[in-house]
Amino acid sequence: MQTEELRLDGNAAGGVLRELFVQDMTAALGTCAGCGATGPVATLLEYGHGMGIVLRCPTCDTPVLRIVRTTGLLRVDLSGIRFLSIPSTIDE
Amino acid sequence: MNEAIGESVATPPRLEWQVASVVSVTQETPRARTLVLAVPRWAGHRAGQHVDLRLVAEDGYQAQRSYSIASAPADGMVALTVERLDDGEVSPYLCDVVQPGDGVELRGPIGGYFVWEPAQRGPLFLVAGGSGIVPLMAMLRQRGRADVAARAQVPVRLLYSARTLDDVIYRAELEQLADASQAEVVLTLTRQAPPGWSGYHRRVDRTMLEAVSWPSSDEPNVYVCGPTSLVESVATLLVELGHAASRVRTERFGPTG
Ligand SMILES: Cc1cc2nc3c(=O)[nH]c(=O)nc-3n(C[C@H](O)[C@H](O)[C@H](O)COP(=O)(O)OP(=O)(O)OC[C@H]3O[C@@H](n4cnc5c(N)ncnc54)[C@H](O)[C@@H]3O)c2cc1C
Ligand SMILES: [Zn+2]
Repeated sequence: MQTEELRLDGNAAGGVLRELFVQDMTAALGTCAGCGATGPVATLLEYGHGMGIVLRCPTCDTPVLRIVRTTGLLRVDLSGIRFLSIPSTIDE
Repeated sequence: MNEAIGESVATPPRLEWQVASVVSVTQETPRARTLVLAVPRWAGHRAGQHVDLRLVAEDGYQAQRSYSIASAPADGMVALTVERLDDGEVSPYLCDVVQPGDGVELRGPIGGYFVWEPAQRGPLFLVAGGSGIVPLMAMLRQRGRADVAARAQVPVRLLYSARTLDDVIYRAELEQLADASQAEVVLTLTRQAPPGWSGYHRRVDRTMLEAVSWPSSDEPNVYVCGPTSLVESVATLLVELGHAASRVRTERFGPTG
C-alpha cells in the first residue's frame, strides 16, 4: 500500500496533543519553521511510525512536530514550529 | 466576561481514558455497525468530533484507533459507527466480537477544527467517502434538530461516495432527510450499481463536484471526510474550482473502504 494512503492529518493527533496542551490544538494555527506557511494544526500531514507520529507541513514537508511514546515518557520535538496561536476561550 | 465561571470555561476537562459500556449494537450495512455507548464521564460533544478507542490484549499489547461520533450533541448518548476492514486489527473486533454489556476504553471528545456549529451560517456542503459519512451524519442530525427558520439559514447538500448501494451507511435516514427536503442527498457508487440505477456510478471527479456543490461565490462551508485518497483529491478539486482552502475542512481516515 502507498504511504500516501496510510497518511492521516492533525485531526488524528488531537488526542495526544491534548495530553500535551490540555485544550484542543487541532484548530490552533501553526507556522512552519521551514517555509513560514501558517495553517490549522489539523491540516498538517500525520505519518505514524513504530512508537509515535510525525506531523509534516503540507506545503514543504518539514517535520513540524514529532511525538514518540516510550515507557513512562512522551518525547516531543517542536523544533519545526516557529509559532503557535491558540484560540483562547478565556476572554470573550 | 463572567468572572465566576471564567475559570471553568477556560479550563477544559483533562482528557482521560475511561471505560464506556456498550449499550446496543446495530448492523447498519453488511460491513458496518453502530455501537451505542454509555460513557460515565462525558461533558458533551460537538458535531464532527471523535474519540480515541484502545484495545488492550491480555499480554499488554495495545492498539489505538480514532472513531467519529455519529450522534448529535443533544441525542444524550455516544454512537460510533465502525466499518469492518477485513485485514484490520481493530475494526473486525468492534464489528464482530463486541456485544452489549462489554466495556471499551476510550477518551474524548476530541477535535476543534473538523466541527460544525449551527451558528455557522451559509450553505453546508458535505462530501463523504465510505465511513467518512459518520462525523457528517452528526452534523446532519444536529441540523435536523433545529427549527425550520434556523434550518432555512443552512441549506445542506451531501455528496456521498460508497462502493455499492448496500454499503450506504444510514441509508434509510438519509432517504428520509431527502424526502422531507431537509437535505439534498447525492449518492455515487464506485463499484456495483443496482439494475436501473440512474445516479452517479464513478469516483467523485471535477464534473461531479461542479454539478453538485454550490458555486464558490455562495461561500459554502465544506467538510470532506473519508479515505485519505478521496479527501485529498476532493479538496484539491474544490480549491481549483475556486473555493477558499480555509472553508474546505478535511479529515483523513487513512486507508479505509
Ligand atoms: C479522526 C478519525 C476518525 C475516524 N472515524 C472513523 C469512523 O467513524 N468509522 C470508521 O469505521 N473508521 C474511522 N476511522 C478509521 C479508524 O480509525 C481505523 O483506521 C479503521 O477502523 C481501521 O482500523 P483497523 O485496526 O481495523 O485496521 P488497520 O489494522 O489499521 O489496517 C487498516 C488498513 O491498512 C492496511 N495497513 C496497515 N498498516 C499498513 C502498513 N504499514 N503498510 C501497508 N498497509 C497497511 C491494512 O492492511 C488495512 O487494510 C477514523 C480515523 C480517524 C483518523
Ligand atoms: Zn513548511
